[in-house]
This record gives sequence, structure tokens and C-alpha cells, in this order.
Amino acid sequence: MTAPRASIRREVRIRSGADEIWEWVGNPSRLPEWWPGITACVVDGDSRTITMGSGLPMPEQLLTVDRLQRRFQYRITAPIFREHTSTIDVHDLGDGTTLVVYSVDADPSTMALVIGGAAGNALQELRSLVEGKS
Amino acid sequence: MARKILLITTDQQRYDTLGCNGGTIARTPVVDSLAASGIRYERAHPQSVVCMPSRSTILTGQHPTTHGVWMNGVPLPLDAPSVAALLNDAGYRTALIGKPHFQPMLDPFMRFIENALGDETVPTGGSHRGFEHLEFATHGPMGPLHYARWLAAQHPEAVGMFYRVLDSQLQVNADGGGDTAAPQVHVNQIERGWYHTDWVADRTISWLDSLRADDDWFCWMSFPDPHHPWDPPESEVGRINWRDVPLPAGYPEDRAEREAILDAKPRHWRMWYDGSLVSNYEAPARWVPATLTPDQVREVNARNAVECELIDEAIGRVLARVGERGWENDVDIIFTTDHGELQGDFGLLFKGPYHVDALMRLPLIWRPAPSASAQTSTVTAPVGLVDLAPTFCSIAGLAAPEWMQGASLPVNDEDAALRGFERVLTEWDSELFGVDVHLRTITRAGWVLTTYRRGTVHDGSEGELYDLADDPRQRNNRWDDPSCRGIRDDLTADLLANLPPARQPKLLLEAPV
Repeated sequence: MTAPRASIRREVRIRSGADEIWEWVGNPSRLPEWWPGITACVVDGDSRTITMGSGLPMPEQLLTVDRLQRRFQYRITAPIFREHTSTIDVHDLGDGTTLVVYSVDADPSTMALVIGGAAGNALQELRSLVEGKS
Repeated sequence: MARKILLITTDQQRYDTLGCNGGTIARTPVVDSLAASGIRYERAHPQSVVCMPSRSTILTGQHPTTHGVWMNGVPLPLDAPSVAALLNDAGYRTALIGKPHFQPMLDPFMRFIENALGDETVPTGGSHRGFEHLEFATHGPMGPLHYARWLAAQHPEAVGMFYRVLDSQLQVNADGGGDTAAPQVHVNQIERGWYHTDWVADRTISWLDSLRADDDWFCWMSFPDPHHPWDPPESEVGRINWRDVPLPAGYPEDRAEREAILDAKPRHWRMWYDGSLVSNYEAPARWVPATLTPDQVREVNARNAVECELIDEAIGRVLARVGERGWENDVDIIFTTDHGELQGDFGLLFKGPYHVDALMRLPLIWRPAPSASAQTSTVTAPVGLVDLAPTFCSIAGLAAPEWMQGASLPVNDEDAALRGFERVLTEWDSELFGVDVHLRTITRAGWVLTTYRRGTVHDGSEGELYDLADDPRQRNNRWDDPSCRGIRDDLTADLLANLPPARQPKLLLEAPV
């Protein structure tokens, strides 16, 4: 009954257009601006290394940066993960608001919740930043 | 000058681990003495049987449904009400020393202030949840808390001596040790004075020494033990030979009897025992309870008792300093814990969605300040940790605010009857990796009733009903007994009528623990 792999999904609806949201989400260098607890981020080609608040680095591989579908995907390559994919989808709801969905699939399952829980907090921060600006 | 308040909590300690409650393994003369000169509660229950919700109840005076911390990993909002803030606003000096756990501990991003204090003991802004002094510890030397930093700086050779609480997959570790290979048992060669129990007492004494004689103060001294891992300093383990420890009364040694008892309960009990369901993070996911041996139960209980003795001695040191400061007559002392531990009952260890005495019946002792001239007593009426915050208000001469859902603890059974202490509620909601379990429990008039909501392995029709007088070990589930239909319906209706209001929107799970 306990699978090693887990899925965590978090979402937020933001009063702003999808194109503006994509400017934040689709730019891999901007992550520290909207993810509390990420203190630095270095992008080199399809590699990104973030530094967490604890000082630990987390290497990642960028998988999808699709401006037309507004989908961003990456994989964490740190050894603690046997498997990981995170997907951020930005949906235009057609009423001047945007739905951002952050999905984390990972093995071990514990890490899915560690990343997914923090992602939920990051989405709230993103909403505050965007709506506070408008 | 008002009465001062020393709140002493442990983590995951059973009712029957104290001598004053009939315990026979650990010697606990200091707490027993508090009970003898104060009020001992025989039916004190937590409102949740895991740490974060229960500790949040102690701080807020609210049930988990209302404060919103429905499971470990759900952070208590920073603007949640706090009895410490009330006391601080009333002029009390306030400190929280030891284990906090209002926010998740597994936090590599360091998003939570409890983990991000660094070496600071005074939070930004002057206070955090009403506490103006913070020094934190948890069950070992890992992580960013004060104890871990102190140990790494002062005694780095000891850091590797502890049990590794989490495994390489960040699951609760199932590795065994000691003589019996029991899970979370470990031989720890650390010097006694470096262990977190003595550290918590040392830091409490240091804070008390920083106060003026005429200060009013509220100190929450929060020991991480006797929560697993069971790795007390090896120098102290010889106090109790595990081979001499009797099997607990709650442990049916006969396997067939044990499994028949489990089979009469809702199915998640047996499924966890067999290793086919893991519903929560708090027990090792890779450990199967059916493999637990009688000798492992004995060794766990022996080491747990050693940890209880060390706590008792540490409390003795703090109380001695209270006396030296001349405060003895003006200090109210409350001793309790956040929840219990299965510790062999039903062939199980650790904790989970199992609302029986092992996890729900808590040690609770209130030694009122001698200057208050209170009578010693034993209270048999049901009370809860939700009643602690109003009790602190009462001690301080403050009116309990409306957001508190309990009432000041009764001083005897007559007081309890007069003020309507009839029932106590406990709740469980877990939603982890596709598995959800939901329990609501009422304890009233010598019965314990648990209803189940629809979940992964429950259809919502299940329940548990125990007569505490005839069945103190809760082995005989009377839920489907036709002769108990009346009491079942009555308790169910009473439970539904007294459920606390739910916080909206529901808070999200942000970490495993």
C-alpha cells in the first residue's frame, strides 16, 4: 500500500494574465525571486543549481521550457533522488486570472513532500509579488 | 508580583511511566513529589496524538480542527493565538527551551523561523509567539537548532554517537540496535552531561538566572525525550536491566490472542501490524510490527524508563535552582507530555491513528504555588491539554479569552462536576501519499468511542467503543455489540454536538514532519 514514488500537487489562482506569470515562471534564473528559501541560482545551458537556505546546493536539469504551452519542467539530479520531475503549468483562465499548477513526482516519496510543500509556499509568494505589483 | 509558571513537557511519554501513576520501571521521585503535593489527573487526554497538533493545542488553547494544524507537517500560522503572548503582554518574562515543533523540522530551505534562528536566542522583533527567549533542541544532533549547534561546537566528537533518526531516504529509520535489534534502539556513548535532557535543564537554569528576583515569568521547559530514538547515554543504561523488565500489561504475548484483538478493531490496525499499510510518517515505514519480539519490547521499555529517570533528575536540578532563587512558594508547576507511545501495547510501537490509552492517557500533574494554599487531590474527570492555556491565564489572574476552547483545570472532582468537565475530544486526520485516515474520539463517563470518516481503508461505518472500567486495556471493541447500542448512539451524538469549529481555509501539509 506504500509506493516509494509520490505525487504532490499545489496550485494558485492569480489575478494577472498568463503572459506576465510566464515571465516569472518561464525564466529559470528568476526562481530565487519567488521561492522563499532559495538564496541563489546559477543557470548554465540546461543545468541549474540552486542553493537552499540551509546552504545545501541542489543540482537540476531543465527538461522543458515551452513558452507556447507555458510549461516548465525540471529534474533534480541530487543523489538522494532516485527519480524526480517537477512540472509547472500556467493556464490562462480567460477571465484575467491565471491558474498556476506545480506538480512534483519523486522517489523517495518524502522528498516529493519536501519539495512540493515548499512549492506551495512559493506559489503563494508568487501571487503576492504579482498581485502586489498590479 | 504574580505567580510564576513552569510548564514542563516531555515528548511521547505514557501515563504509566511515572511512579505516581503506578509505574514500576522508572524511578521518578521528583515528579512523584509534585503529584503528592499537588493535583494528579487520571484521565488527561491530548487533542491529537502527534506532536505538532498537540503542541499547537497547548500554545493556543484550541482543538486541532480550529487552530488548523491537523497533522505533523502543517505549520502553525505565525499569527495564531498564543497564551505565551497573553502572558508576555501582561508583563511576564517568557521563554521556550527545548523542543518547540510548531513548524516542520524537515526544512532544507530553512523557510521556518524555528529552524532559521541560527545562534540567536532572542527572535527578531523581540518575541516569537510571545516567547522572548528561545533555545531549541530536538531528538539528536542533526539540524540547525541550538542544541545541535552547541554540540557540534563544543563536543563535535559526540555528534556521530547518536542514532540517525531518519534513514538515507529521509524516512523514519527502521534500523535496530542494542541487544535485541529493536527499531530505534541504539547504544549512545555520549557523556551524560552532553545529552539533550541535561542541556535543556542547563539552559533553563541559565535563563532563570538571568531574571530579576521580582520578575514574573512563564517558562516552557520542553524535553525531547522519552520520544524515540531510545538512545540514552550508555553510562546510564545499566540502571535498568532490560532482562528484568516485565512485559507490559498491554502486550498480549500470545500471537493468536494479539492478532484476534487487532482483528476486532478497524482494519488499519491489522494492516499496519502486518506491514500492508503505512498511514502516517511517524513510525518507520520499513518496519513491520508483527516482527516485534517480547525481548525487544522489554529493551524498549527499559531504555524508555532510563530516559524518564534522566528527565526526572533534570527537573530536580531546575527545581533546586528555583528554590535557591527564593521562588519556591510562588511557582506553579505543570508537568505533562504531548501524547503517549504504544510501547508494546497490542504488539505495536510508536504512534499513529490508534486512539487508545497508550497514546491518549497522559501524565498530567499540577503543583499549584504553595502560596495559593491549594489542596492536594486526584482528579478522575476527563480533562485535556486544551485546558492548559486557560489554566495559565487563571494562574496569572487573567481572564481566558474567547478563542480558548478549554477551561482552567479543575482542582478536584467536585470542581470538575460543578464546571462541567464531562468529556474530552481527540482527533486524527492524516493524508499522506494517497492514504487518508480520519478519526474523532470522545471520552466520557468511563467510555471511549471513536468514529471513523471515509478514508482509504475505511467506509465511514467503522468504530471503536471501549468500557474503561471493564476493559482498561481496550481489547474488547464493543462497537458492534447490540447491548451497547444505546451508549454508542449517545456518545456519537454527544461527539457530533461538541465538535469544534473548523479553521477555513484548511491549511496545507508542507513537509513530512
